[in-house]
Amino acid sequence: MAYSEKVLDHFQHPKNVGTLDKSKKNVGTGLVGAPECGDVMRLQIEVDEVSGIITDAKFKTFGCGSAIASSSLATEWLKGKSIDEALTIDNMDIVEELALPPVKIHCSVLAEDAIKSAISDYRKKNGLEVEAPQLENQA
Amino acid sequence: METKRLIYLDNNATTPVDPRVVDAMLPYFYEKPGNAASRSHPFGWIAEEAVDYAREQVAALIDADPKEIIFTSGATESDNLGIKGVYEMYASKGNHIITTRTEHKAVLDTCQKIEKSGGQVTYLEVGPDGRINLDELKAAITDKTILVCIMWANNETGVIQPMKEIGAICAEKGVLFMSDATQAVGKIPVNPRETGVHIMAFTSHKMYGPKGVGALYVSRKNPRVKVTAQMDGGGHERGMRSGTLNVPGIVGFGKAAEIAKAEMLSDAARLSALRDKLENGLCRLEETYVNGNKEHRMPHVTNISFKHVEGEGLMMTFNQNIAVSSGSACTSASLEPSYVLVAMGLGDDLAHSSIRFSLGRFTTEEDVDFAIEAVSKGVNHMRDLSPIWEMYKEGIDLNSVVWSAH
Repeated sequence: MAYSEKVLDHFQHPKNVGTLDKSKKNVGTGLVGAPECGDVMRLQIEVDEVSGIITDAKFKTFGCGSAIASSSLATEWLKGKSIDEALTIDNMDIVEELALPPVKIHCSVLAEDAIKSAISDYRKKNGLEVEAPQLENQA
Repeated sequence: METKRLIYLDNNATTPVDPRVVDAMLPYFYEKPGNAASRSHPFGWIAEEAVDYAREQVAALIDADPKEIIFTSGATESDNLGIKGVYEMYASKGNHIITTRTEHKAVLDTCQKIEKSGGQVTYLEVGPDGRINLDELKAAITDKTILVCIMWANNETGVIQPMKEIGAICAEKGVLFMSDATQAVGKIPVNPRETGVHIMAFTSHKMYGPKGVGALYVSRKNPRVKVTAQMDGGGHERGMRSGTLNVPGIVGFGKAAEIAKAEMLSDAARLSALRDKLENGLCRLEETYVNGNKEHRMPHVTNISFKHVEGEGLMMTFNQNIAVSSGSACTSASLEPSYVLVAMGLGDDLAHSSIRFSLGRFTTEEDVDFAIEAVSKGVNHMRDLSPIWEMYKEGIDLNSVVWSAH
């Protein structure tokens, strides 16, 4: 199976590899997947608490080339987005951008899960989880 | 130095055809185009003579009688013919077959088919070293057992089964012993009669011959074994395998067998030294493990797990230059880890981290040196990217982490 140029580029020159300080309150961490399944992604975001904009994103991934490319692309897309905008990133956007074949779609799903998981962690840390939608519902 | 090297370390998948084999085959495409079954003219006689000679060359490699060699299209067909042929031929004696979990798919899927048609199959487990337990084999044999089918050497790990001991058990219990010897024939001495093997599948393209031709050894003496044909037609190959013979392929197979007989031992000695160099070079990396029994192993194969690195991703770091196979994607598009390594008790995580290196007659020391460097670089690159490597380095017990399996 041949990989697309874009997958190869992200694989050979991954963007935003690294680790953010997860003890910081404005850093959200998502760890998804399992070693037994052959892929684990850790995606982290750093959020400007005033504007709610994602100022930095880092990843580390154990997995195949498509998994690494999907997470690399996700970090690129996250930077500069607001939390709400980040939540609209759909796995199929990643599939399209990287031209992933059907057997590798799960890599994009994992990347979407990692984004959602990192955002959820950030919200929990900052007391933004659950309450916000509830308030809206009550209003 | 930007010269692009392309190094082939996937000789268990297939071997290049030795140029001497190609030379032997060439006349049989145009100058000598006859059908070996044409009895009425010189074209046919020449083809028949060539096939007879190749049959002698192949038989000589395994110390068999030429009449014991049935030419087929390859090892998969030979496995099918051997297993299904025995199952049908000996149906009145029983319906039970014993095999192992680590066989090639050509054996496992054939056995599953037999189960669907009412047969019984016992799949022996293997130990962490990849070898079966002889007591378990003995215990599994019943009065309904007609066949024990155990591969000579494993394709993924190179591990060699205790063939003589298995042969002795089968002889004692009066059960036929078949072996898929695809990875062993032509690489190490293989003698079915001495080993107590009655039926044996092997192929040309794993021993520097062409693809599309293989053989089934079927013992003719003590005991005389018969298999029911799986293809109906002209009754070629003593009625066991109909179909016009692939004359150029068979000629090439014969030549490959002749060369293997002459050069096998020197090839094996050279390759085991190179394999050890490769293995030792790569095992200098932390958390790197060799899979399978290192003593009873093919001389040219090593299967290595690089912990906390995913095999397919690792391969991508160097597959522009080096061809190998990964235990995580051995069946091409499948995402399952290797069932062979899992059967040996490796965790799915280590199985996903494994790479098979298989050297061959045309592998040079320079190739091995290049591979050590490129693979080590790849492993380090992938570990820099790996969150679980980072966690391991921080001293986190990965078994205590609650993973979100998907």
